[in-house]
Amino acid sequence: MIEISSLNKSFGKVCVLEGISLSIDKSGVFAILGPNGSGKTTLIKCILGMVIPQGGTIKINEQPVRKQWYYRKHINYLPQIARFPDNLKVAELIRMITNLRNQKANDKELIRLFKLEPFLDKKLGNLSGGTKQKVNLVLTFMFDNPILILDEPTTGLDPVSLIHLKELIKKEKESGKTILITTHIMDFVEAMADEVVFLLEGNIYFEGTVKSLKEHGGKSNLEEAIATILTQQNV
Amino acid sequence: MSNCRVILMLFFTSTYSFHVLGNSIEVCKSCQFTTIKQALGHANAHDTIRVYKGIYEEYNLEVNKPMVMLGINVPTIDGKEQGTIINITADSVVIDGFQIENVGLSYTKDYAAIHVYKSRHFNIKNNILKKVFFGLLIEKSHDGQVRNNEVSSDAKEEFNSGNGIHLWHCSNIEVTGNTLFRLRDGIYFEFVSESTISHNVSYNNVRYGLHFMFSNNDNYYDNEFHDNGAGVAVMFSKFINMKRNKFYQNWGTASFGLLLKEIYDAEIENNIFEENTIGIHIEGSTRINYVHNQFNQNGWAVKFAGGCYANVFYQNNFISNSFDVSYNSKLNDNRFEENYWSSYTGYDLNKDDIGDVPYRPVKLFSYVVNRTPESIVLLRSLFIDILNFSEKVSPVFTPDNLIDDSPKMKAFND
Amino acid sequence: MFKILQYSFYDLIRSRWSYVYFLFYLVLGLALLFLNNSVSKSVITLMNIIIVLTPMIGTIFGVMYFYSSREFTELLLAQPIKRTTIFIGQYLGVSLSLSLSLVLGLGIPFTIYGLWQSSELANFGLLLASGTFLTFIFVAISANIALLNENRIKGFGYAILIWLFLAVIYDGLFLISLVVFEDYPLDKLALVATALNPIDLSRILILLKLDISALLGYTGAVFQKFFGTNAGMIVSFFILLVWTLIPTLFIRRIAVKKDF
Repeated sequence: MIEISSLNKSFGKVCVLEGISLSIDKSGVFAILGPNGSGKTTLIKCILGMVIPQGGTIKINEQPVRKQWYYRKHINYLPQIARFPDNLKVAELIRMITNLRNQKANDKELIRLFKLEPFLDKKLGNLSGGTKQKVNLVLTFMFDNPILILDEPTTGLDPVSLIHLKELIKKEKESGKTILITTHIMDFVEAMADEVVFLLEGNIYFEGTVKSLKEHGGKSNLEEAIATILTQQNV
Repeated sequence: MSNCRVILMLFFTSTYSFHVLGNSIEVCKSCQFTTIKQALGHANAHDTIRVYKGIYEEYNLEVNKPMVMLGINVPTIDGKEQGTIINITADSVVIDGFQIENVGLSYTKDYAAIHVYKSRHFNIKNNILKKVFFGLLIEKSHDGQVRNNEVSSDAKEEFNSGNGIHLWHCSNIEVTGNTLFRLRDGIYFEFVSESTISHNVSYNNVRYGLHFMFSNNDNYYDNEFHDNGAGVAVMFSKFINMKRNKFYQNWGTASFGLLLKEIYDAEIENNIFEENTIGIHIEGSTRINYVHNQFNQNGWAVKFAGGCYANVFYQNNFISNSFDVSYNSKLNDNRFEENYWSSYTGYDLNKDDIGDVPYRPVKLFSYVVNRTPESIVLLRSLFIDILNFSEKVSPVFTPDNLIDDSPKMKAFND
Repeated sequence: MFKILQYSFYDLIRSRWSYVYFLFYLVLGLALLFLNNSVSKSVITLMNIIIVLTPMIGTIFGVMYFYSSREFTELLLAQPIKRTTIFIGQYLGVSLSLSLSLVLGLGIPFTIYGLWQSSELANFGLLLASGTFLTFIFVAISANIALLNENRIKGFGYAILIWLFLAVIYDGLFLISLVVFEDYPLDKLALVATALNPIDLSRILILLKLDISALLGYTGAVFQKFFGTNAGMIVSFFILLVWTLIPTLFIRRIAVKKDF
């Protein structure tokens, strides 16, 4: 489904991705982990074509994505920071995205789920960070597409919404979708992820199941396992 | 109504001449004489020839005796483009109430609708001269009157058109109430002295509305000159009075409201210069007083082109001109006093209606344009506005002596 | 493309500044007609304002819009839409809404005043056409600057600088070169220098159409000979079109390469 080979990207002198190759060809939840600045978001943006890599190829459903745009129809993307045009109303934004994608959307259900009804007529500029993130989630989950890419989906969410989110992800997983998630919340990873991709300084340091990562770090707790890996790396 | 009055007046004039001066001869299709030429041949001195309404295809009509030629109900004399139509060589000739048309063009001879030569006390009035080459050509004549005529042609180019009222070597002539259009020059004076031009309207002429040279001691009152190719030119003359004339809408690359060249000792008062490319272009003119004139919305209100001495601008209005004053040499001892300048931005603290800060009528841009004419293409660009503004705030380039020390705060109303 | 254009357009149309811009022209048009009492004189006064204002507003709005719509752009980039479509759509949206403010703001009062019966209709049309061209040109230039500079302050500075250069400094250099080389025939130079700057070109085009062209004298006659003909008019509009297309093509180029 997603096939990345020797992907390179640097911003100026800073090399962010150094020849990453990664292949995801089954459904399930894939967590992309790594410390700050390890290239998680850049990788995701490369897949979406928002960042243009200097080398390497990305294929989605066997098609190279370079200079293409139609493949994005199969991807739902949740950006890291929920930034929207300030003077649009929530309802207008949802209508606009639906209109632009020209796809069927089950926004009603999601709005109810996140209790966004009172905000539909508010301008996005006047919403709190958490509410914006909820709108963000609605926009991502309202389309029925085979690939979901979620960049830090938990940011700013209250516990209730977090539970809703987890349920949503589970449901999508069960319906056979491929879900990429970046996050720093290890509980979330442990609860949700089938496989983990660990990025370190622009390279894939580890790829495998949560269990094997724990074994690799020699700890029973994922957080500690990762911490161990990182300290070893620095020594 | 006015027609009746004219006819009544003509009636009296004719009976008067009939009784006192001579006989009346009538010309019409059913009269004793059917052509004017026949009538002229039979007329004695001081006779009156009465020409009734109709079309008379005649030219080369020689009027060599004092007489009155009177058109009744405006008869038409059609010259069929054969040359001069009426030729006057006697004194005391009156031509009144004719329509004279189709003079015909010549590159060698000055054909005219009415040619007056060495005549005194002539009176040419109430005629309509159409499609003329020259309209009235008056040479070496004196003490005459040209009144209420309408002269027009269809001139398009200078070289093959003639003038409306053309005077050469004349004196003591009164040119009043005439209308002149679509000619080369509306009124042309050369070597004409002690004469008056008043209440004429001259417009849409190819070259000048009024062209005036080597003519001293003349007066112009209440004339209107507009939409002429080059405006009005007054040149090489002394002791002229120009009052209450209107010069407007003379637009064109070489057009002036009034061109003054080599003029000495003139009074220019209460005239209106409106929407001309150049209001007054002054060249080599000395001791001229400009008083109470109105300069509105001209490109240049006043443009000096060198050799001007002792000109005084006193109490004129300069309103919304692109350039108020422009000069390209030293301004010598020309003075500006108590004028109103619409672009003056000074203040009047002591409320005496005179601005406390002197006004500098020459903008920096007009100085630059004089130096480098091509720079005019920057007219109305933001840069030029900024340039002018900064020069106004701290004058560096514009001359110190070109100043109105007592600018008026309010425009004059006449 | 049309959808993006539509959204940018509505986004701007609904913003307060569009209204202000529109109302400004409306009030200006009404005031001029009221004060001058004549369509032709108002057209002359309008020329000065349009020549200065449309490039300036185009620049400022363009930069402001492209910076403030960053979020919107990022949102769109994740959607199945072509990149160039997004940027060209936004560019057209901004330019069109500004042009519409200009055309309607001035068009309404002049229409009420009886423009259609006036002999000035062609001149007024030329004025609006030039204003629209200048808007498109300067929005395109500022879009380039906004896309190339992540730093908003810097981008704003560059945009203003470019406007300042074309509106003021260029004419200053032009004037200096005219004065320095005054011993040489300068008509051709002046002609070329004018044609190369869209602001100067628009100004001269309008000047030549108004009776004020008589002031331009001999040089004006040379200009009239060039611009006054239909061919000259076509060439001028072609130059303005090139001025619009080149920065637009640059927007495309940048849009394809830029990372978000």
